[in-house]
Amino acid sequence: MSEMPGDLEYTKEHEWLRREDDGSVTVGITDHAQAALGDLVYVELPEIDQELDAEGEMAVVESVKAASDVYAPIAGVVVAVNDELADDPERINTDPYGDGWIVRIKPSEALDSADLMSPDEYQAMLDELDD
Amino acid sequence: MGLKTPLYDKHIDAGARIVDFGGWDMPVNYGSQKEEHHAVRRHAGMFDVSHMTIVDLSGERTQEFLRYLLANDVAKVDEPGKALYTCMLNEAGGVIDDLIVYYFDNANFRLVVNAATRDKDLAWIREHAARYDVRVNERADLAMLAVQGPVARTLAAPVIDELWRDQALAMKPFTALYAGEFFVARTGYTGEDGWEIVMPAESAEATWDRFRAAGIVPCGLGARDTLRLEAAMNLYGNDMDESVSPLESGLGWTVAWEPAERDFIGRAALEEQRASGGLRRFVGLLLEDKGVLRSGQTIVVEGMGEGEITSGGFSPTIERSIALASVPAGDYTSAQVAIRGKLLDVRIVATPFVRNGKIRIDIS
Repeated sequence: MSEMPGDLEYTKEHEWLRREDDGSVTVGITDHAQAALGDLVYVELPEIDQELDAEGEMAVVESVKAASDVYAPIAGVVVAVNDELADDPERINTDPYGDGWIVRIKPSEALDSADLMSPDEYQAMLDELDD
Repeated sequence: MGLKTPLYDKHIDAGARIVDFGGWDMPVNYGSQKEEHHAVRRHAGMFDVSHMTIVDLSGERTQEFLRYLLANDVAKVDEPGKALYTCMLNEAGGVIDDLIVYYFDNANFRLVVNAATRDKDLAWIREHAARYDVRVNERADLAMLAVQGPVARTLAAPVIDELWRDQALAMKPFTALYAGEFFVARTGYTGEDGWEIVMPAESAEATWDRFRAAGIVPCGLGARDTLRLEAAMNLYGNDMDESVSPLESGLGWTVAWEPAERDFIGRAALEEQRASGGLRRFVGLLLEDKGVLRSGQTIVVEGMGEGEITSGGFSPTIERSIALASVPAGDYTSAQVAIRGKLLDVRIVATPFVRNGKIRIDIS
């Protein structure tokens, strides 16, 4: 059973989003995703001010097992990246929804909740994957 | 659903994440793969390697047969239990598989070959064994556990009956003995001391439980891969296959050229390669920057041409990325690797990277 905070929204790519008060959106990967990847050893982050296309490549997370692309869940501009991950990528393993956040994006258009899942919907998707 | 070893339920009990490996459902990791890796370097870990194929050969002409079948010379091992690492080649000198052969007497040998190559190995062995009247007996009734790490033998020894225990502990590397129902070999695939223990399938679960109770840490295929990479041990299918000869995959040392009159399958092709020269190098690489080397990435050697990483990854012991690579002939000590459109510097280093818990390369 994966841990899953109730105040976040989720994507089918196993990312989470949190809407911040200033209109930006923080993005990370889910507990399920970090467990599947295994121990993270390297994270390649985008540049600040970099423009992202929705579903375009945003970051790369590399574990002891494999490299995996992290896609931008929304179009927008990068306003912050988690620099701590450069020296301590395992923060994603130990605290995927907190210290292991990856990127903060200023969306270029309003978020469409239809593309995002609630915790319950994401859990349902995970349950289906297990079958 | 794939094939399952006799320890499958034990893996599930231990929280394993299961993956397909050569048709087998095998544990890739239980918890943290890095912790499993460190357990083997610093303490003791165990691996279920029951998926590997054990083949017993018997018949008066078995030694003669193996001297023809294998590129290393089994005549080098003439004490009961002595082991030899070797390649089995095709006529073109390509590697059909790498394997360990154990000597019992001139009429009885044991081979341990890879799981993923089982079918073609057995077909090849049987095809050639017929002419020598050698019986080929696959031992699917056996399980195998590798216990590896500086204290692995000490912790595992109590499962061996007192009658053989001291003798087992006194065994030299690359030697094996029968100890009751156990066949104990001082071999492994991690660069650490340890044993690989073959036993009847029905004894596997009880032995696993005793090892766990003794504090030996269950380790999956993930840690097995990073450990063997640090030890610069080749992985069949990655570092060599039927399209490459041992001379170009870092396995030239396993080819026995002497005695010159011994003919073995692939010999003529290897001699031709050796004579014509210009062979590709097979080298160890250390990534100078942050990032991770992966198999398939292109190596660029300025003025020399291109190469390819055959095995790469993050070394938990060194905390840098390392790789094995096939690169152009020539005298050079650095190169570059293409990762996602960028060229990063790599240094060519003498392998192994790590052995017996110690970093063996200069990482400054």
